[in-house]
Amino acid sequence: MDQFNLEIISPEKSFLIKNDTEEVVIPAIEGYMGILKDHIPLISFLKPGIIDVKSKNESFNFYVDDGIVEFKDNTLSILTSNIFDLKEMDKNKVDKIVKDTEEGLKKENINDQERYILDQKIEVLNSIKSN
Amino acid sequence: MASLDDLKKRISSVKSTQKITKAMKMVAAAKLRRAQENAERGRPYSEKMNNIILNLSNGIADFENAPKLLAGTGQDKVHLCVVMTADRGLCGGFNTNIIKKAKVFFHKLSESGKKIKIITVGSKGYDQLKRLYKDKIIERISFKESKNANYFDADKVGKIIIEKFEKNEFDVCTIFYNQFKNVITQIPQEQQIIPLKTSEKKDVSSEQNYEFEPNEDEILLNLLPKNISTQIFKAMLENSASEQGSRMSAMDNATRNAGEMVDKLTIEYNRSRQAAITKELIEIISGAESL
Repeated sequence: MDQFNLEIISPEKSFLIKNDTEEVVIPAIEGYMGILKDHIPLISFLKPGIIDVKSKNESFNFYVDDGIVEFKDNTLSILTSNIFDLKEMDKNKVDKIVKDTEEGLKKENINDQERYILDQKIEVLNSIKSN
Repeated sequence: MASLDDLKKRISSVKSTQKITKAMKMVAAAKLRRAQENAERGRPYSEKMNNIILNLSNGIADFENAPKLLAGTGQDKVHLCVVMTADRGLCGGFNTNIIKKAKVFFHKLSESGKKIKIITVGSKGYDQLKRLYKDKIIERISFKESKNANYFDADKVGKIIIEKFEKNEFDVCTIFYNQFKNVITQIPQEQQIIPLKTSEKKDVSSEQNYEFEPNEDEILLNLLPKNISTQIFKAMLENSASEQGSRMSAMDNATRNAGEMVDKLTIEYNRSRQAAITKELIEIISGAESL
């Protein structure tokens, strides 16, 4: 399969740089989106979800809170401030994030969009837990 | 001339000061390396972010209806100044340089009749500004507990700024920090972050046709607040590298000066010891002669 470049960058460091990615599935704000080589230039942002990276002989799964995605010249750049490798997420960690999120939902001054995002987040986290 | 005992005491006190400054210099050097690495690793994020925003803002057709964070409120009356300094002293002119730069800016603003609001990040900035501008400081933030500059802290500052902007508390926001050039030179900077200055306009020909999802405006609305935090974070990284660099060279100087002082005092000490011996000898000899 054709390969393209992937860079996942967090404010603190370059989280992951690969040049042999074959397919990446990202949780874009309007639904999951699969990206292959020669995708048209794209800018979008992410909702809480799981990034699925596939290359020839390995695959990664990351959990993200939010982020910005740009695809250009066969390079997919994902900028995110909150990213975890699923392998490193144990139950306690997930539980803690779920609890924090639920706290956030209880606040009265949040708008519908924020509520939607937080709901999404809890849903994704619960699905991680059950796996 | 001071007595021998006094000189001895002074020499030993200068020597122990020298030990402290030397140790501080070493610590600063080690921390500087870390801070520099952090600053370097943080660069791709802010560069990418800038690029995306540039691409997006080039695509915007009517600038009038663009998000306020990008286009501004259309007014220029109230300025919010975020002065970012260190939490610790003993780092040469690091804090003073930022404050100086900020004060010049404040002066210019108040002369042209604009209103100033100040947020200080880092306790040293507050200490130096409170005498003159106490009533203008609306918020003081300090991250004494966090060891390294981290994005979480920067995001907190960013959120405070955005919140105030949404409440229409100011029109223009400028941040002050030191840019790290090398160990000896740090350049105090003022950078306007609201409204965002897109410094370079790319040619239309190089522009790509992006697919936006959802649409440009919504992405910009989502992106611009993040960009504020990113800019703050960048400033924090630059600042922490500058702080350590500045401290290192200041402590290096102090160590050298202490060394010079010890040399001078030692010579003085030896001279007065010699003088005392000679005086005693003369006394003995002249006593013997008079017999």
